[in-house]
Parts: sequence; C-alpha cells; structure tokens
Amino acid sequence: MAKHLTPGRIVLYAALVLMAIYYLLPLYVMLSTSVKTLDDIRGGNLIALPQSITFDAWSKAWSSACTGVECGGMKGFFWNSVKMAVPSVLISTLIGAVNGYVVSMWRFRGSDVLFTLLLVGCFIPFQVVLLPMARLLGELGMANTTSGLVLVHVIYGLAFTTLFFRNFFVTIPDELVKAARIDGAGFWTIFFRILLPISGPIFMVCVIWQFTQIWNDFLFGVVFAAGESQPITVALNNLVNTSTGVKEYNVDMAAAIIAALPTLFVYMVAGRYFVRGLTAGAVKG
Amino acid sequence: MAALSINNVCKTYANGTEVLKGIDIAIEDGQFLILVGPSGCGKSTLLNMIAGLDDISSGDIEIGGKRVNDLSPKDRDIAMVFQSYALYPSMSVRKNISFGLEIRKMPQGEIDATVERVAQMLQMTHLLDRKPSQLSGGQRQRVAMGRALARNPSIFLFDEPLSNLDAKLRVEMRTEIKLMHQRLKSTIVYVTHDQIEAMTLGDRIAVMKDGIVQQFGSPQDIYDNPANLFVASFIGSPSMNFIPAQVVESAGVLGVKICDDQGCVILPLPHAQEKMRPWLGREVIFGIRPEQITDARTAYREGLPVMSCHIDVIEPTGPDTLVFVSLNNTKVCCRTHPTEAKLPGHSMELVFDVSKAVLFDPTTEQRIA
Repeated sequence: MAKHLTPGRIVLYAALVLMAIYYLLPLYVMLSTSVKTLDDIRGGNLIALPQSITFDAWSKAWSSACTGVECGGMKGFFWNSVKMAVPSVLISTLIGAVNGYVVSMWRFRGSDVLFTLLLVGCFIPFQVVLLPMARLLGELGMANTTSGLVLVHVIYGLAFTTLFFRNFFVTIPDELVKAARIDGAGFWTIFFRILLPISGPIFMVCVIWQFTQIWNDFLFGVVFAAGESQPITVALNNLVNTSTGVKEYNVDMAAAIIAALPTLFVYMVAGRYFVRGLTAGAVKG
Repeated sequence: MAALSINNVCKTYANGTEVLKGIDIAIEDGQFLILVGPSGCGKSTLLNMIAGLDDISSGDIEIGGKRVNDLSPKDRDIAMVFQSYALYPSMSVRKNISFGLEIRKMPQGEIDATVERVAQMLQMTHLLDRKPSQLSGGQRQRVAMGRALARNPSIFLFDEPLSNLDAKLRVEMRTEIKLMHQRLKSTIVYVTHDQIEAMTLGDRIAVMKDGIVQQFGSPQDIYDNPANLFVASFIGSPSMNFIPAQVVESAGVLGVKICDDQGCVILPLPHAQEKMRPWLGREVIFGIRPEQITDARTAYREGLPVMSCHIDVIEPTGPDTLVFVSLNNTKVCCRTHPTEAKLPGHSMELVFDVSKAVLFDPTTEQRIA
C-alpha cells in the first residue's frame, strides 16, 4: 500500500468526504433545528448554525407537545413503542430460533416445503394482510391493543427470524446434533445447551433486524392501534400534522430524533455483531 | 462389551434409492470390525443405523443379543467418534466429556472420577479447562475419544475418525486406537475408506461397495484370498496387478501366458489346476501382488519361474524400489530390493511367486481360482 497521497487518492478522499457530508446533512439540519428558537428558525436559513442553544423544544416534544387533541408529548407513545417492540422482538426471535432449529436439524417429510412457505412470508407486502389481520384481531378481542400489535409483529417477523436462524444452523455440522443424541440429549437439551450458546451472533442479527423493523413500523401501528396505545411512529405523524397556528419546526425535529434514538442506540451497541453475525460461518472443528 | 449382529439389513430412501441391499455381518464380543469401501458404498449409513441415527428399512440389528431396531440412540449403549470430532463448541473439554454422564444422571462424584480417569488415560489432564477452539486437531481427536471412553459403552462406533488429521498424526493415533482396543477389549465398529487403516486395525473387515458386502473376513484372509476383482484392487497398496492372460497347457500343467516385447513365458499355476480347467484356451484376468514379482535375491524360494523384463519406470520408496514393467500390454508393478533394481531402459530378471496368484473371470469379475 502506498503511504503518500497520490492525486488519485486525493480525488477519492474528496469524493468520500463530499458524500459523507451529503448523507450527514439531514441529521445536522435536524439536530441544529431542534436546538434553535422559533425566531432563530424564521430568521436564519436551514443550515445556519443556531444563534443560541436551547433544549425547550426537546422537553416540549417529550412531555407537552400536542398529538391531535392530547397534549402529553411523545412520552407515553415512546413507552408504547417499547412495550410493543421488546416483547415482539424477543418472542419472534425465540420462535424463529426454534423454527430454524427444526427445519435445519430435525428435517421431516415436508420440512423443506414448510420452510419455502415460510419464506414466502418475507415477500408478502404489509398492505395485503391488513384486512384479514384486522378481522383476526377483532375476533380475538385484541383490536386496538398493544398485545394485538405484538401478535401482528411476531407473526410477520417469524418468516425473517426463521430464515436467519435456519441459515445459521445449516452451517453447523449435523454431527454435533448426532453426538448429542448419542450422549442422550433430547430435542430441547440440544437446543438450549448445545446450539443456543453458539448462536450469539445470529441472535444479535435477529434482534437488530426485528427491532428496527418493528420500532419503525408505521402502517401496522396506524391501522391496528388507536389513541392511547399508538406507537411512537404514529404519534410523531400526528404531532407534525397537528398545528396550532405556528408550525414548531424545532419541536417536530426533536420529536423525530426521539423517535429514531432507540434504533440508533441498538445499532451502535450491537451493530458490530450485525456484520459478524451475517457472515458467521460454521463453527470450525 | 457386547457382540453385534447385523441380519439382512436394507436401507431404501423415500425416493427409492437403495443404499444398503441386505447386509449380513456378525462379530463377537471384543472384536474390532472395519467397514471399508469407496465413498457412497453405504458404510457410513450402516454405522448410523447401528447408532440409531438412521432408520432401518428392513432386517435386524442386535447388540448383545438384544434387538435394537426400535431403540433410540441413547438407549443402545453405544458411543460414537465422528470425523469432525463434533465437540460441543461452547463447552470446556471437561464439560464435553461429562455432558453425556450428566444427562444420564450419574452422581457428580462419579462423573469427576470418570473424567479424571479418562483424561489420565489419554494424557490430556492439562487440557481439561480449555475450549475445543483452543485445541489442535490431534487434541480434539483425543477429546472426542475421551468423550466416548467416559461413557464406557458396550460398542464404540468410529466414523472415519482419523481422516481430518495430517499423515504423521494419523499413524500415531492409529496405533493409539489399536492400543486402546487391546487394553479395553471393547467391541468396535470402525468406518474408513483407507485400506491401510482397515488392514492394520481390524480383526474383521467388511469390504463394501454399492450397498453390498463384497467380502467379510480377517484382514489377512481378505488380502490373500480376495473374493472378487474389486476387493483385490481395493485392498493392498500398491494395488494388485491385473494382467489379462490366456490359460494354456504346457507339459500337462495349466498356466497363464505372459509376454513382453522380448518374448513369452508360461507361468504354471499348480495350486489352481481344477478350477482353471474349464478356462483352457480362454482369456482370464491374472492377479498378482507387487511383492510376488521380485528380484532373485528377494525371492526366498528356488525354482520359481523367471522372466527377463524391460523396465519402464522405477519408484524408490526407501525399503523397496517399485519397478514398473509392461506385460501383456499392461503396466505391472513389482516390488524389488533397492540394490537389485536396475535402471529404466534396462532389462531385469524378475521372479514370479505364483503360489498366491489369483484368477478372475473378465466379465463377472468374480474369482475363478
């Protein structure tokens, strides 16, 4: 590798820096706008630095901004989303792990067909399942509840989590399961004591993927939850669309960042496992 | 410890593929059985069926006189060593060995004692707290054996346990396995595709091909009296020479006619007169092992047929030099003493010890004599 800067390198770095700026610009605009005062926003232009920094917009967005007729900020809806996302992620990941275990290690007649059918689930657009799902939730008495939303996300996420775990488990030698069977271990002992302890990377992949999908979901949230139980994405939409005279851009921006923070956080904490998990090969030897 | 008997066992997959076509093998308590054959011959399937990891389509498998067809692997009292070792990656060596014992609810004190005993026997006490990923190939192999030993089963099953090791280690471990068998007097079923492993380890060898046992017998018997052309070619290295030759009669004795570019000799086969008679004048395949064609000094008996042959290639191996000549337009390998071997392009007197030579039917490839 050449250490010194050749003209080619300089052009390359310049292009990379430009692209980085281009991609970071919206984030900068959001952050800077959220700490500006309304006067500042009206007076200056979009990318100007804030004249003074204030976190009033943040506290308003969190606890007192109006989303429709309610004026309690994003707080309640944030916790709604947490209450929806955490169980959905955990349940769908665990069931996906068991599914993947079965279709890779305990093949039965028709297991490949079953797996293919499950895969189809990855390609079904959200809109297609809206009406049948609404009816099902109604029948179950779970319409407009957080648990109803959890059910929807678990079912929808299963296709993906099963795929992830299945693809991970097929890289593990069958002989491992055979050895455990001869040692006397049963279905669940093999799953919990042999396979789960080595599934860390793929667990992280599933958690990140599912959490991002479920937290960011808008359509299911707007259709299957109402009022009190709405997730934060729906609340954010309501907040931005509710205007009482003056458009408070700084509050909108702060609310949007609040809504995006958890996925960013998950990505920063577990992101390095994401690539590692996706590329994780067999357990050698 | 237990005897094993496999009676007319067949395996047919759902799509109609017949993997095993009526296998009959029986070994006594404490014997070392080798299943050997080229890949796809069904040897691993048979082992899996003995282990209970694969269903039996028809026939019976008995361990210690008890029919085990419908028993799950854990109830068959077996332990298995796999080609990939199949150590549990998240567990320490100690845990790997004790896992099966814990599941069988052995008291903790006994488990500790067993692990200690096995570790000492295999000289890996210092490895007990390592993870499999921190071990070398040979050490992993040892742990895999330790895991099987700890269980003290009635039958050990080995599925190509040495094929992932390098050549030197493979020879070392081979001796260790043999030593272990001599000490423990355990019943072992061992699958390999390596005929040298088969010869060196086994009390009984079953040579398999296309889902059929081609021959079942002691290593020496299989080496000396192969049942057909396949067995003869599979066992032995370098492989037996197969020379197409005509059966002729000379001075009232039947023999085969062998020619090279300098002329022909007739090798009389006194031990096979009766069986050769119907083949007089017809072409057969004359099978003779490389060590049975040698130089005059190595040949230990007088009065054997001699032929002067033109040497094509020589391959010194150290203890012997392999000399390649062309007989009846077939490349023939001869094992000679290094100092006696001549250089390529020269001629050399070769002595044929035909007392163990065999004849095969060229169409059915079955043994004639």
